[in-house]
Amino acid sequence: MTTWHDYLKKEGQPPSWPYPIRFEEEQEVETDVLVIGGGIAGCWAAISASRTGVKVVLLEKGDTVRSGAGGPGCDHWCNVPANPHSRVDPDEWAEHMADVPYSCGIGLQIQCREDWDTLLEMEQMGGKIRDIDDEYVGAEGRYDDTKLMISPRYGVKHNLWPEPGAGEPGFNPPEERSNVVIRIWGSTFKPALKKECKRLGVKIMDRVAGTSLLTENGVQGERVVGATGLNSRTGEFVIVKSKATIIATGGAGDLWLMNTELCGMSSMHPRTWTGEGLVMAFKAGAEITNLEMSMPIGIATGLKHKWYSGAGDASYENVPIVDANGKRLPYPIQGWEDAGAMIPAPDVQAKIAEDVKKGVYELPFYGDWPSMSDVERRATWNLMLGEESTTKIIIDTFNRSGFDEKRDLQQSYKFIEGAGLPQWRNGGGNFMMDWDLKTNLDGLYVAGTQLVGGQDHSYCAATGRYAGRKAAAYVKEVAQGKVFRDQIRKEKERIYAPARRDSGIEWKEFHAGIARINQYYNSEFKTETLFKMGLGALERMEMEFVPQLYALDPHKLLRTIEDLTMLEHSKMIMQASLVRKASRMGFTRIDYPDMDPPEWNKFLVVKLINDKFTTRLQEQRFWGNMKEEYEKRNADYEGVYKGD
Amino acid sequence: MSQQKLMAIPNVVTPNQPVLFNPEICNGCNHCVEVCQIDVYIPNPEKGKPPIILHPDECWYCGCCANDCPRPGAIIFNWPLQSRGYWKNKETGKIGQV
Repeated sequence: MTTWHDYLKKEGQPPSWPYPIRFEEEQEVETDVLVIGGGIAGCWAAISASRTGVKVVLLEKGDTVRSGAGGPGCDHWCNVPANPHSRVDPDEWAEHMADVPYSCGIGLQIQCREDWDTLLEMEQMGGKIRDIDDEYVGAEGRYDDTKLMISPRYGVKHNLWPEPGAGEPGFNPPEERSNVVIRIWGSTFKPALKKECKRLGVKIMDRVAGTSLLTENGVQGERVVGATGLNSRTGEFVIVKSKATIIATGGAGDLWLMNTELCGMSSMHPRTWTGEGLVMAFKAGAEITNLEMSMPIGIATGLKHKWYSGAGDASYENVPIVDANGKRLPYPIQGWEDAGAMIPAPDVQAKIAEDVKKGVYELPFYGDWPSMSDVERRATWNLMLGEESTTKIIIDTFNRSGFDEKRDLQQSYKFIEGAGLPQWRNGGGNFMMDWDLKTNLDGLYVAGTQLVGGQDHSYCAATGRYAGRKAAAYVKEVAQGKVFRDQIRKEKERIYAPARRDSGIEWKEFHAGIARINQYYNSEFKTETLFKMGLGALERMEMEFVPQLYALDPHKLLRTIEDLTMLEHSKMIMQASLVRKASRMGFTRIDYPDMDPPEWNKFLVVKLINDKFTTRLQEQRFWGNMKEEYEKRNADYEGVYKGD
Repeated sequence: MSQQKLMAIPNVVTPNQPVLFNPEICNGCNHCVEVCQIDVYIPNPEKGKPPIILHPDECWYCGCCANDCPRPGAIIFNWPLQSRGYWKNKETGKIGQV
């Protein structure tokens, strides 16, 4: 008896809500630094702030032990050019990584300078970063002296597509590789981070989602002096007064995804990625950019096959792809022979599709695990997939079902599942910030994936650690701000309105309704007319259906509040889209097809002033000289933590 | 069957049951309830029994409940039918599936 209806049949009634109900009751907490979001960035921010001796409170929607996109694990520590085996200069590598449009040199410089130190601190806390048990002796990229395992990713070239000559002898010689990506045992990380938070005395408030920021005197654009939260088990209202606040929430994973069932959200992001951090900061007056950018989801919509959260391809590091007859395909293998190239070049992809129709290759395709050497196979199956986030349970299930990677070919779903729909998109915007990872609002810092140019696990770790340090330095200089009671009263009105109704529209239908608007009016086909219709449709949702939202328990109340965030977020995106009268990467307008004309080749930055939507344009590379700017502000950086 | 009293209940949500509990092994410690970032589960009102799957439709298949279960075998992942991967024996060509 483990399902709800089993229980109902046996007991004749549904189970009672298992947690105390505390709707509208208040819990008030005061701290120096508040961190909102207890994923990788949030835990690191809490730890580094706490290590300087300041008081820290951490709000987390789930349980910090495994929450966030990096909660289950992580297999690659990317961009770690300061590691002892690296052949590149950290500053030069950071410049190289930042040399793409709409990137962010600030976060990348921090990552390239500090994520080796961050990884060593992870090891201090009990995270496994080396092959200390000698399981992979002889694997390519393993260094016997340090037992670190370098990944083939970013080999001699740093390209998604294979370079000419890939696969030929001498293409990616070991002595010339960049050695900037390290394979790690990331499933050990999150529990260790939570343990360290507890050891340091961080007040962790699990199951509490941040809902709004409090500003000095309740004025938009003034200093952030705290935040409110909602406990998704009890419905309790949490008020945190803080000298500084760090937003470390994830992005928004489902603005365009209508189906909340079947494969969960599975947009390669946790279900908890619902955009609160960005939207609450925007409402407080923070500057946001890149809102108009969105891309079709290439892999990992839960609506497709879920291998690697939905990718249709068994091509993982060094696994050759073959057709149904065992013929090798000209796919890159993310491996040593092609220097870690990840996807076939477009012309190669098109040629394969053509050849499939001509019968040159027969479907389905397979990952040819048996053809690999034993140690390389184990390094990919057990280490890479065993440690990467959601793939551990996948390989476990395969093996339990009888799959033997030494004997069996693993099916790929390339072509046979069809391409993802262009209306299934990822996007949602980023924070603008300065070299302290501070936003335009006093007291508000940001870390992790929602930064401009936000990237991977180690980026979140390094920027979280950095933001924690900077916020801690700030709080030592300032007094506690004044929370404005009327702002709290209004937020409580907003939060609890759906809990006072017991019929109308429920969160799942509301979610689907917004996603549909985004699919119709802001996806592949972008025009002024469509954006305006979309904005009108969203406004109708707000006027007509928000007053009908109902939530039967605290869990559903949080989902409902997330939907309200989704509605605000979608409006922000539609408004920003209307403003940019040109096309750019991730934003192709039919009525303004010119790609990045000089006057528009800039970040579009938006913010609210007196609740009015305002915009400005910001030059690309606004961060200046990366090395100089970083060094100017971090002369006191002490490197790896030396203990209390 | 014909004499059984039936309750009128709505359709069961999809996926029906993202995990299977083995009540012989599970001792109701509720570690999975705490680890799950979504609150897919609630504790069973009867102490010592496996949790109740309350929100299967919100599971994102991270696997942490099964990965971190202190009693191996108490939770078996149960992939929805549309997400069960295939393989082929390289020698015999025999097809397998999760």
